[in-house]
Amino acid sequence: MGQPGKNIMIQINKKPWWGVVLVAVALAVLPFITGAAFGPAWVRVLDFALLYVLLSLGLNIVVGYAGLLDLGYVAFYAVGAYLYALASSPHLIQNFPAIAALFPAGLHGPIWLLLPAGALLAGVFGVLLGAPTLRLRGDYLAIVTLGFGEIVRIFMNNLYRPVNITNGAQGITQIDGIHIGSLALDRTQNILGLAVPSLHLYYYLFLALVLLIIVVSVRLEDSRIGRAWVAIREDEVAAKACGINTRNVKLLAFAMGASFGGVAGGLFAGFQQFVSPESFQLIDSIMILAMVVLGGMGHIPGVILGSLLLTGLPELFRYSATPVQQMLFGKVLIDPETLRMLLFGLTLVVVMLYRPAGLWPEKRRSRELEQKRGEAA
Amino acid sequence: MAKAVLDVLNLEVHYGGIAAVKGISFAVEEGEMVCLIGANGAGKTSTLKALVRMLPSRGEIHYGGARVDHDESHVLVGKGLALVPEGRGVFARMSVAENLAMGAYLRRDAAGVQKDLEEVYALLPRLRERQRQLAGTLSGGEQQMLAIGRALMGRPRLLLLDEPSMGLAPIMVQRVFELIRAIAERGVSILLVEQNARLALETCHRGYVMESGLITLADTAAKLAADPRVRAAYLGE
Repeated sequence: MGQPGKNIMIQINKKPWWGVVLVAVALAVLPFITGAAFGPAWVRVLDFALLYVLLSLGLNIVVGYAGLLDLGYVAFYAVGAYLYALASSPHLIQNFPAIAALFPAGLHGPIWLLLPAGALLAGVFGVLLGAPTLRLRGDYLAIVTLGFGEIVRIFMNNLYRPVNITNGAQGITQIDGIHIGSLALDRTQNILGLAVPSLHLYYYLFLALVLLIIVVSVRLEDSRIGRAWVAIREDEVAAKACGINTRNVKLLAFAMGASFGGVAGGLFAGFQQFVSPESFQLIDSIMILAMVVLGGMGHIPGVILGSLLLTGLPELFRYSATPVQQMLFGKVLIDPETLRMLLFGLTLVVVMLYRPAGLWPEKRRSRELEQKRGEAA
Repeated sequence: MAKAVLDVLNLEVHYGGIAAVKGISFAVEEGEMVCLIGANGAGKTSTLKALVRMLPSRGEIHYGGARVDHDESHVLVGKGLALVPEGRGVFARMSVAENLAMGAYLRRDAAGVQKDLEEVYALLPRLRERQRQLAGTLSGGEQQMLAIGRALMGRPRLLLLDEPSMGLAPIMVQRVFELIRAIAERGVSILLVEQNARLALETCHRGYVMESGLITLADTAAKLAADPRVRAAYLGE
């Protein structure tokens, strides 16, 4: 049972040690090379790409494993981000004298507390979303989750009257950067005589969390719970007939997926030091879903590839649109911002036409799609 | 008289305001094969789903001497009340072996599971040959066998079968019914829902005829098969 997960573990174990070392070294020097070759803006893109890997691995649990279409996933990202923002910025202290009296030194939540708390709170929100939608599937579930995502965003937008909790559309500013012990990630640090910029420091933190989440995902895939998720995705009645408690198992999928989103949200808030409802719109949910689908639903390497590509491509189009047009036509004909989304959309359409199971699908899924195509032909 | 493994009293199932099952009572004795025959829409599938608590219902369901109509599906599976759903319901994207392992989802006795797996393969050698194949690529009859085999992996005491002959070639229907007889010989009680009334009555000890949500006839299978009303309505004579 659970062959796919086991195969991955075996593959990892069978890889020669120097291969692992090579990958580790490559990942370690990547921000330096990127920074030197393309400038710090691209290191920032790298940081965001890692955040999106976290998000899409979380959504992959809900959509890829359990087969529950969730169009409001960004809400959990928002929950994690706002929790971090409120617990490590002066906002609450300025608005609530009682809290100010309680924390005379200001609110500076430590990261080791805020990330798990964000995961937990987002998980609770996941259950809140899951509980009323247990009987829904497919399009119906998508509509409800879409509504849920909007509700959370609208709450963030409006919870500033009569008491100011979220500061509305203006968002929360002056959020503490992430500190790990005495190491502040929001400024350049000298490590062993090497000046490591803040963007690089965040890269290493995000990378560590991505690795952790990958391990958790692989373990889940190969667990009893993971098999139950796949069974529900395949046939819910049959899953029940096998003795799976479909209610609890679905709620667990929502909670687990949401908690990954909550972690990513906390990192985002500490990294940006600013959050506002603008960052958590429907389009962001759709982007994360596109990463999962484009990469290959339910397949961890595919999902990672999908999120890296979908974070990188729009940026690539952004930076190349102007020079390429000047080279071809001698002037800029189309506004790069417009062209960027156009090219991006085209890429999505083309990939889905030619690789309907995603760029790097699970073996058995591509096999099945091929068979279906063969039957149709 | 043998002890009843299943005893149902005044079972009612409603979909919104519409009654699909309007208060039926029936029983299955330990080791018995009982069939529920009737036309499309008579309420047979609703009855089975209510028995395993996949549909809410009114009335009393006694299973293994205890009242179970407040239990949840997964709890009942653990108690040996297994449903083979209509339309095969195999996990198409899992292999045959993985499907069978899912049937033992609730069991913790690895050695016992392995032993039962060997028994299922002995009973269904085609499945052993195809254990690595994806279930979705099996023929209809093989998928039905797999669905039954998967239910056996949970060590059922009472097996509920929903239209196992549906959509199958006549030769496959024969094989499925042979399998059901073989399972009954091992002491598993069986409640069979079928539209193929002739075959169901030939196979089972007793039968109930269901019409528009009510049981209209109940007797031994032989007497039902000889009943002129059954012959006219269900045996095409």
